[in-house]
Amino acid sequence: MTSHDTTSRDDKPFAIDAVGLTKIYGSGNTEVVAMRDASMQVEQGEVVALLGPSGSGKSTFLTAVGLINPPTSGRITIKDQLVLDGETAQTNLRAFRRHHIGFIFQKSNLIPFLSAAENVQIAMQLNGQSLGFARRRAIELMDYLGVADRADGLPSMLSGGQQQRVAVARALANRPSVILADEPTAALDGHRGRQVMELFAKVAHEQGAGVIVVTHDHRALDVFDTIYEMEDGLMHKQQHNVQQGAH
Amino acid sequence: MNLAAKDIRHNLGRFALTTFGIGMLLMVVMGMGGIFRGIEEDATLLVTRVDSDLWIVQRDTKGPFAEVSRVPPNLVYRVSAVPGVQSAREFVYHTIQRERNGNLIRIAVMGLSWPTDKGEWVPLISGRILKQNHFEMIVDESLGIALGETIKLGKETYTAVGVTKGMLSLNGDGLALFTIADAQAIQFDQPGEGVRLERASREARGERSELGLRQPSLIEQAVKPSIELPAIARPQLSAVMVTLAPGSHQDRVSEIISGWGDVSVYTQEGQKELLIKGLVEKVRRQIGLFRILLTVIAAIIMALILYTLTLDKIHSIALLKLIGAPNTVILGMILQQALLLGSLGYGIAYLVGQKVFPLFPRRVILNDADLLQLAGVVLAISVLSSLLGIWKAMKVSPNEALA
Ligand SMILES: Nc1ncnc2c1ncn2[C@@H]1O[C@H](COP(=O)(O)OP(=O)(O)O)[C@@H](O)[C@H]1O
Ligand SMILES: [Mg+2]
Repeated sequence: MTSHDTTSRDDKPFAIDAVGLTKIYGSGNTEVVAMRDASMQVEQGEVVALLGPSGSGKSTFLTAVGLINPPTSGRITIKDQLVLDGETAQTNLRAFRRHHIGFIFQKSNLIPFLSAAENVQIAMQLNGQSLGFARRRAIELMDYLGVADRADGLPSMLSGGQQQRVAVARALANRPSVILADEPTAALDGHRGRQVMELFAKVAHEQGAGVIVVTHDHRALDVFDTIYEMEDGLMHKQQHNVQQGAH
Repeated sequence: MNLAAKDIRHNLGRFALTTFGIGMLLMVVMGMGGIFRGIEEDATLLVTRVDSDLWIVQRDTKGPFAEVSRVPPNLVYRVSAVPGVQSAREFVYHTIQRERNGNLIRIAVMGLSWPTDKGEWVPLISGRILKQNHFEMIVDESLGIALGETIKLGKETYTAVGVTKGMLSLNGDGLALFTIADAQAIQFDQPGEGVRLERASREARGERSELGLRQPSLIEQAVKPSIELPAIARPQLSAVMVTLAPGSHQDRVSEIISGWGDVSVYTQEGQKELLIKGLVEKVRRQIGLFRILLTVIAAIIMALILYTLTLDKIHSIALLKLIGAPNTVILGMILQQALLLGSLGYGIAYLVGQKVFPLFPRRVILNDADLLQLAGVVLAISVLSSLLGIWKAMKVSPNEALA
């Protein structure tokens, strides 16, 4: 990894360029190496599936790229901007996340005292959007995801699947350049799950976002452009057609 | 969108109950401040109302309010003769406790120098000033004696001809104003048996003395009522009040009278200071300490509730950080809740206090400066009490949103 190219084939910067990420939890006897020298490049508009058994380091990788769990070493560059060098932030990570990164997690992660629509709106309002604009776009996204009728309900009144779709709407709200989803379809049925995956692909292609989805759902793998697999903290890139063949 | 308000709406019951509790606590803090102001005002009220330039009292006493003072009745004439004195009046004052209609009432009895003073300076809310030398009184409404009602004090019955308001002794007892003669009659009243025994003892003393044996007519004199005996001094006054002539020098007059061996002189301000220092200072410290204690308790309760409110939403706070909310948003949410809790509590304290304080037996005076000061204190404890929650919120990592 001495010399490294930060641009993709067609000369656009990579949406995500993660190089040599290593994460060590704890120290001494309790030391766990969750991720070893993991690298991944995601082009703008590319949708990546990340597979691997439980405990292989997928979430560790995703949260590192998401700038909420810095790696012990390695560099993360997003759209030509070096944001993390090892544990050292190269920019205001929180502001960077607010503008450039959308998250969806396995468990729905909504703020319980805000209505469904407000949960989507807040992401935009934190970015300085007006209430009116935020509200309109929130309803639009929720409508697309089939939860507009629950816009004013509190999360506790929504089913797991509905909550997850609201979380997806929130992640997409600011048109991020990076979308990170950690087992987002666990709470959804097959049809809805596939719909969400297709939405990611659509957003990636339309907005030029780089998308990484950790998934176990092998039925929807055809949606992805590239497939990576982690095992024991090591990252392997797989051939697209091979995975589809296995399916 | 206001996160603080949304969160409170979500925890409305708990927040409302806490606010009410804080409100009650602040009401007590407010009330105690008001009680102190009431005591302070009551303590100096009489001195202010009576409005005498100089008070002449028994030498080395701090009378006539703070302690008993006795001066001879002829002091009035001596004082009147001092250059610069426009007028000197007798002042008679003492407190009695009697039973009336089965209730104990405490009456601060004050004598007016009839006929120069008929109570013209007393603010009447009904009735009239004194019209005769005897058996009339002006009463404070707090005594519960209505216009035209009578009360028996000593051997005589007195009728309330006027009712005044806010005329209270420094202990908060209602005032009743009589002529000096009546006030003294009430003060020095002796039961018939007492009078008989006193006369008998005078007779016995006379018979034992050589003078009595040589001049039996002296013994005849001795058994007469004391008021008829030139050898027995007239009842004493509590103090003499001086009104200075226009243009005369207060210090000069005061200096002359102070030179007499039997009296001490106070200015009106000095008299007030005496009362505040002597009587009120301890009360002030006592109430002050108690207020501080209650304020600290209120602050602790506020800190606890704000801390638990923050703990309850720590996951949401981590999530907010995860989606990129700056610290100011999170800090603002907690601080706004703290300020809302404080200001609502203060509002409740004020509103409930307005209803409750008038029911207190002694005056509770809420003045603007005190209210403003308490508002400042509440503001300060709101901010201070939110620090614990803010500290907790600042510490949480966005990672915890995933846990
Ligand atoms: N905060 C942590 N502290 C210590 N060990 C951790 C922590 N998070 C994850 N691990 C360990 O790191 C390894 C990778 O975990 P994770 O990234 O969650 O895997 P996956 O998402 O693929 O299931 C596991 O062995 C896990 O026990
Ligand atoms: Mg995981």
